[in-house]
Amino acid sequence: MQFELDVNGERHALDLDPRTSLLDALRDHLGLTGSKKGCDHGQCGACTVIVEGRRINSCLTLACMHEGDEITTVEGLGAPDDLSPLQRAFVEHDGYQCGYCTPGQICSATAMLGEIEKGWPSNVTEDLETQVEASIEEISERMSGNLCRCSCYPGIVDAIRQVAKEEARA
Amino acid sequence: MRAFDYIRAGDRAQAVRDGAGPETRFIAGGTNLLDLMKLEVMAPERIVDITRLELGGIEETADGGLRIGALVTNSDLAADARVRRGWPVLSRALLAGASGQLRNKATTGGNLLQRTRCYYFYDRGEPCNKREPGSGCAAMGGMNRILAILGTSEQCIATHPSDMAVAMRALDARVEVEGQDGTREIALDDFYCSPGDTPHIETVLAPGELITAVILPAPAGGRQIYRKVRDRSSYAFALVSVAAVVEVENGKIAKAQLAFGGLGPMPWRDRAVEEALVGEAPSPALFDRAADILLTEAKGHGGNDFKIPLTRRTLAAVLSQATEAAA
Repeated sequence: MQFELDVNGERHALDLDPRTSLLDALRDHLGLTGSKKGCDHGQCGACTVIVEGRRINSCLTLACMHEGDEITTVEGLGAPDDLSPLQRAFVEHDGYQCGYCTPGQICSATAMLGEIEKGWPSNVTEDLETQVEASIEEISERMSGNLCRCSCYPGIVDAIRQVAKEEARA
Repeated sequence: MRAFDYIRAGDRAQAVRDGAGPETRFIAGGTNLLDLMKLEVMAPERIVDITRLELGGIEETADGGLRIGALVTNSDLAADARVRRGWPVLSRALLAGASGQLRNKATTGGNLLQRTRCYYFYDRGEPCNKREPGSGCAAMGGMNRILAILGTSEQCIATHPSDMAVAMRALDARVEVEGQDGTREIALDDFYCSPGDTPHIETVLAPGELITAVILPAPAGGRQIYRKVRDRSSYAFALVSVAAVVEVENGKIAKAQLAFGGLGPMPWRDRAVEEALVGEAPSPALFDRAADILLTEAKGHGGNDFKIPLTRRTLAAVLSQATEAAA
């Protein structure tokens, strides 16, 4: 089936089997291998990308359902010589060891900070009607859809907290 | 994944017409359906994409309730200011489920139609009456610690996995559906089927009937609590959960609406439990009596025997919290 995808500001024409997941379309057909395939069942978060400003598991959605959507992958967040604030913070805080989950962690955290800014509550938010802050507890809960088998969680949380603080000052 | 024809529905009439075809499924968030299709536990020949239909938005109804469009995501519903203020048990239940990524995709209609996470339903190498009617139930006598203790049959002991639906049942939600013969509303109380001899039939929806919205009545007030007990503190299904709307007046329980997750083939509600509580002064003995009523027919299957005392304790904890004097 023929359709177009808008990824990191570029439009791509594709002709794919409708079974193709968004993740497989990105990796195997557009050469964007930053997004990783971990479990392929929405359990690990390594495939997290941002679609229409929202983080989703790209393994659990069909590419053909996203025609017209604005899709951002880790490649669209920054480049080696122009890192995004979270990418820089992950380097500074050792937010990874093997690095396989890192693109998903960074896409997830990027959108997650936007969710906090919008005032979305989480399961650990005590009062549903007050503005939440990016505390360790809030970050851990909100990032539970991203697993790190190297268990670099302390570094990941530190990196996200640092960016949350920088953004709050900005 | 087996091959399928992909149809993008342009309007509702087309969706319900195409949806009524054989071996056809609607897709919206797709987080559960595609997972099951990858494993070939589900193998529809056609899928009808309803995500371009006008089924979003949350509107206030004339009687002070809410009409929640079927395509409203779990994230948007949990974060809606009206829901957080008037129906907090629903926000709490939604936030207790899945992960941030999944809640951004999963929809209100799809969440109601989630399939069980019974290991044997997922494992095509094992018999399962829900996956393959008549093949048997491997969970009976198998690994069943996550499975049901109420409302089961000899053919199936699967649980319904939703948190959202548990809160909605406590809140007396109704499901609005559209089919080829028009629209109708179904109380959530009447929406799910008992497994009996046909555990593969989970709801009263006819082929092609499309969930268009969920209707909540006006805010129920009272103290609203969703308590979920699970194996890890985030991103895990409930072993036992309780959605409670409880009001105390002059030292007596004036209102008690209780629904339970992790116990049965559907979000569980037992009016006899509520009747036993209303009009009584809260006390540990009363809560224990409520649990006796709830668990009269409870049946463990070995691995899940622990759910019976766990339900008793979780209910007592929730009722105690819901009825304690305001600090």
